[in-house]
Amino acid sequence: MTNKTDTTRRGALKTLAAGGAAAASMPLWARYTHAQSAEPIKIGFQVHKTGIGAAYGRWYDRTTTAAAALINEAGGINGRPVEIIAEDDGTDPARGAEVVAKFANQHGCDLAFGTLFSHVVVGSAPTAGELKLPYFVVSEGHHVASGALNRWTLQPGITDVKSQVMSMAPYVVGNLGKKVTMLFPDYAFGHDHRDFFSAAVEANGGEIAALIPIPPTETSFTKYFPKIPRDTEVLYHVMVGPAVLTFVKELGEFFGPSAPAIFGFIDSLEAVDLASPGLEFLDGTYFWEGNPRYAQADQTEYDKFYREKVGVDANGASVSDPTDVSTYAHMFGCWETLYVIKAGMEAAGYSGPEDRQALVEAVEAITDMPQSNEHPQGAKLFNGKTHQVFGPQYISQVGGGKLNVVHTTSIEDTLYPDEVDYTTMSF
Amino acid sequence: MTETAKAVILHLGLIAVLFALQFVLPAYHHGNMARVMVLATYAMGYNLLFGYTGLLSLGHAMFFAAGMYGMALTVRHLGWTPPPALLAGLLSGAVLSALVGALALRTVGVAFMIVTLMFSQAAYLTILYFTTWTRGEEGFVLQQVQRVFWGIDPSDPTTRYFLALLVFATCLMLSLWLVRSGFGKVLIAIRENEDRAQMLGYDIFAHKLGAVVISGTMSATAGAVYALLFGYAGASFAGVQYSILPLLWVLLGGAGTLIGPFIGALFTFYLIDITSGYTSAYMAVVGAVLIALTLFARQGIGGEIRARVWRGLP
Repeated sequence: MTNKTDTTRRGALKTLAAGGAAAASMPLWARYTHAQSAEPIKIGFQVHKTGIGAAYGRWYDRTTTAAAALINEAGGINGRPVEIIAEDDGTDPARGAEVVAKFANQHGCDLAFGTLFSHVVVGSAPTAGELKLPYFVVSEGHHVASGALNRWTLQPGITDVKSQVMSMAPYVVGNLGKKVTMLFPDYAFGHDHRDFFSAAVEANGGEIAALIPIPPTETSFTKYFPKIPRDTEVLYHVMVGPAVLTFVKELGEFFGPSAPAIFGFIDSLEAVDLASPGLEFLDGTYFWEGNPRYAQADQTEYDKFYREKVGVDANGASVSDPTDVSTYAHMFGCWETLYVIKAGMEAAGYSGPEDRQALVEAVEAITDMPQSNEHPQGAKLFNGKTHQVFGPQYISQVGGGKLNVVHTTSIEDTLYPDEVDYTTMSF
Repeated sequence: MTETAKAVILHLGLIAVLFALQFVLPAYHHGNMARVMVLATYAMGYNLLFGYTGLLSLGHAMFFAAGMYGMALTVRHLGWTPPPALLAGLLSGAVLSALVGALALRTVGVAFMIVTLMFSQAAYLTILYFTTWTRGEEGFVLQQVQRVFWGIDPSDPTTRYFLALLVFATCLMLSLWLVRSGFGKVLIAIRENEDRAQMLGYDIFAHKLGAVVISGTMSATAGAVYALLFGYAGASFAGVQYSILPLLWVLLGGAGTLIGPFIGALFTFYLIDITSGYTSAYMAVVGAVLIALTLFARQGIGGEIRARVWRGLP
């Protein structure tokens, strides 16, 4: 069967010409379109589906989906459903900026949200600022609180590296030893740890025995270990990337049973099963955790609720696949940020993109966030001037193949003087 | 109509179309086009070396990054305004390409590829090594106020589009003039048959070095302008990925054609933009398209136009 159509080349050309003329007569016609109030609130989710951040991205995605579903079940935001529009940024800053522009200008999103890796945040923030798109990052970088970004960029759902690192020092110096040697990757992330932690150690009466930077391309670490001074009482490590398993294995072979106390950041082992071969040496060592991966004996009802809704078992792995270990120490940030966005939109009476500025101002006005189903990681204190949230941190010790919390910091331990006041900047 | 007139009309026509698109493109595509024009400028620089001189570099990201950091670091640490900072970016690219060219051109073929790749990796690690000033892989923002010059604000979408067009158009017409000049013809002769060009008495090394410097400086221009227009400088732009991308764009668009880099950059941008909405394996799609083009249109899109439509396409 054939379909007869009236389309001719001349007709098509006429239509094209008419369309072109119409477009030319209406310049900028689609640049300022925005959602109508009856439509869903569109949240652009900048997710690392590919690239180095993919393991984090997968779990950020699951957490965000779970929180959005819960918000919608409870009636949405200001009576409107929430729609999560995910775009992969490839964990690349250039693509990240393009994705932010896509949210604002193509998808008509009300805001952008969810970025983890610092270079993607820093690369994307200028675009968010130029497009006047509220940009809620879940990155733990110090970039927001340092004043490097802009008034449209906020981090209300996860603490930053400076407060995390600083708050570890009192416990490390008081309980593990006073002479600390740091092994860190020789780039910005490692330098933040070096600078913030060494200052905090000295402020707490400890001393830095040695600072050992490791080039980012290194795949074997044996040659660095002899540089560790013999009188080192605590070894602080913050290696990330695929070489971390080699690092731990070689460290174990180097020290044998006579190792100093070892303290590390779980960032290196997020999404990695502690039972992986080569990690036996970690038994008895300590880790910072943003949120305890293993359900603790004194687990709060809020953590239980959150864990269940996201689909994570008591060991921090997916309920459907015990080998699929979550990025539990970080991903709560997506959950909590979505609830901050909800609170901000409700306070601002948010009805559409014209209220974006009011949304930022409303979030800036938030201070206390009690521990709850909305904030399962712990109570938070938001600083509207620095756009940064502060909250408790956890120190866990590896034992029996699990991480057991031995210390929880107070929020006060994590505070430091403001480095910026975004509220004095224009929009 | 002479071949020269046809060539000038074609390339001025492309510039005119891009000028007109500013008034009709929806916001998202308007912003994308500004990016594509800057990236196409980078690819044009690459194409002068690869497409016209026959030298395959795997390290052009170092030139792009030299321009980007030459511009951004002088703004950040020395408080320079954009015009001298842009010049610093260009100069960084010119000096680096002269140095790298002088050393790398002692090798040929695969060795040249490897040497340029190694130099580029060294440049990348240098940026990380000086994290105190560069902020390493995290990079840093150039704030809007730091980017304003002569009352021009590059963060304004319309201004940004026209600045990108200005740079793209300048480099396009400069390239057109270059490849039709005596110097450019010698480069093509070297690509076609180096021994014969040498036998005819041309100084091969000097011409190749000239090509590396012009190519590197044009790539650095794109890097400096990228930092100015989009307000960010980071080490990822010096990574191996950004050395492979211009090769990809030029191969897709047509090596040795002036419009090829633009076509390739535009095509790849939207290929990624659209396919990433459907699958996270979008780079596999890009790979498949590249394989298909290699099999069925070995000359790239521009090369096919030259083979089938207009043999005189510059």
